[in-house]
Amino acid sequence: MNNAFADSWFMTVRHLRNLFRQPAWIAISLIQPVVWLLLYGALFRKIVEIPGFGSNSYIDFLTPGIVVMTCLFSAGWSGMGLIDDLDRGVVDRFLVSPASRGSLIAGRLIQGAMVGVIQAVIIIILGLIIGATYPGGIAGLTALTVCAVLLGTAIGALSNGVALLSRREETMIAVSNFVLLPLTFLSSVFMAQALMPEWMQSVAKYNPVNWAVQAGRAGLAANADWGIVFSRMGYLAVFTVVCTWLATRAFRVYQRSI
Amino acid sequence: MDTAIEAKGLVKTYRGDVRALDGVSLVAETGTVFGLLGPNGAGKSTAVKILTTLSRPDAGEARVAGYDVVREAAKVRLAIGCVAQKSGLDPAATGRENLILQGRVYGMRGRELKGRAQELLERFGLAEAADRTVRTYSGGMQRKLDVAVGLMHRPQVLFLDEPTTGLDPEARVDMWSEIARLAGEEGLTILLTTHYLDEADRLARRLAIVDRGRVVAEGAPDDLKAELRGDAIVVELEAQPHDGEVTRALAHIDDLHDVAVEARTLRARAESGAHMVPTVLAALEAAGVAVASVGVSRPSLDDVYLRHAGKAFCEDDVEARR
Repeated sequence: MNNAFADSWFMTVRHLRNLFRQPAWIAISLIQPVVWLLLYGALFRKIVEIPGFGSNSYIDFLTPGIVVMTCLFSAGWSGMGLIDDLDRGVVDRFLVSPASRGSLIAGRLIQGAMVGVIQAVIIIILGLIIGATYPGGIAGLTALTVCAVLLGTAIGALSNGVALLSRREETMIAVSNFVLLPLTFLSSVFMAQALMPEWMQSVAKYNPVNWAVQAGRAGLAANADWGIVFSRMGYLAVFTVVCTWLATRAFRVYQRSI
Repeated sequence: MDTAIEAKGLVKTYRGDVRALDGVSLVAETGTVFGLLGPNGAGKSTAVKILTTLSRPDAGEARVAGYDVVREAAKVRLAIGCVAQKSGLDPAATGRENLILQGRVYGMRGRELKGRAQELLERFGLAEAADRTVRTYSGGMQRKLDVAVGLMHRPQVLFLDEPTTGLDPEARVDMWSEIARLAGEEGLTILLTTHYLDEADRLARRLAIVDRGRVVAEGAPDDLKAELRGDAIVVELEAQPHDGEVTRALAHIDDLHDVAVEARTLRARAESGAHMVPTVLAALEAAGVAVASVGVSRPSLDDVYLRHAGKAFCEDDVEARR
């Protein structure tokens, strides 16, 4: 077991190091949320005037949504790196070594979680700069970050599962595009839930992206609703466990196919 | 003599009823190079995957370094090094980082880890490039680093799956002397798969020829060649002959064996090739078969392959690639 933790850490270090050697990736992953925040923030600024929206500032409303969305999207592409490793024989090299099997997926998920935290902090600071306020303070921001990272870990596990089953970048791109944007629009990232069409509201209830956004906003409210925070965090934790289990199943399928 | 690798009746079938291995048995003695020879798709890589615990056989059993590859996979993994066909290097990491990570997952730490990485980098002439990312390495350098990574934890048995495929001639010769040295000076057992006959001839003490998932011949290269009596005669024809035309024309010649025709190439064996050529040419001319060129050669592993697999090596290779 000790071995498994050590191996996971070695793999995490490998992925982090490789990531920081790609300045273009870091730049793009930072620019994207800025664009979302600025463009959507400006485009929908007056949306708060619609009766029943439930917030006075769209930037206040949007920032937690963008934190969740950013974690969701980077996690959705996590499997691309695994496909590269599969193609190059890196995975097989570790499979003939004593390296813990779990560490091959865990390393990617831990790296994803660490990157998720960094991204969340950066977007929270960006939000501050363009005028967002966080009445819930540090506790609320922590709840938001934890939920976004939990969601990212779950989606990252699914993405790795898809990578192991399909082993094709094209499939990966198709699945990610097909899943990520609809999940975002079927949540309250951009629009208050009360103003969504009824059928969308019902779908959103079961949408993990929405759980993370709800928990973040509830924690950041002036009168934080910790009941919502902890219940959504619980749903997300269960979802993460299920997704990780699915990824280990996919790993078995891969091993049996070689 | 100790056996480092012993396989009995390995069978592996993939989905879609592709029978990659159909009862492969082989034995490799400790401290020798064992060659597994065959065209692409013959089952060499599948055999290596089973022996290195990457996949499980459907039937049969195998022991590597004294451990069962299925029941004692963890112990096998500690004892073996594996250089797969696909390199398995991380291109975004440096040569040194690749070695260090490999050492870590085998439990190496501290001074031992760093010292071993440096030693291997120097030995494979990669010391100068050690801190550059592998992406910037040439094909030959990457292949050397592959072998270094496989040796990092000082394995007893090393698997080299087509180590020279895609290398330029100079890098190939380099790799050959390295392999010879590993087996000679360091007492490593090496299982080498290759589709180059000259490579197997040069490096392997014993070899097995695999074809369509079966071992069709096994032995020392010289013994295998000695089984073939006489010389090989190869005749290139002007046009593809009709079925049986050539065989009928040559049927009456005594002392001419193993006549085989593939497309426009006729192959046969005779005790003394030079003396047989005029007879063969006369018989072909009498039958109205036009000849483009003719050659005679001493037995080579190519002929061993032809004899046992029933077709010429290179052509089969091309077919398998398609």
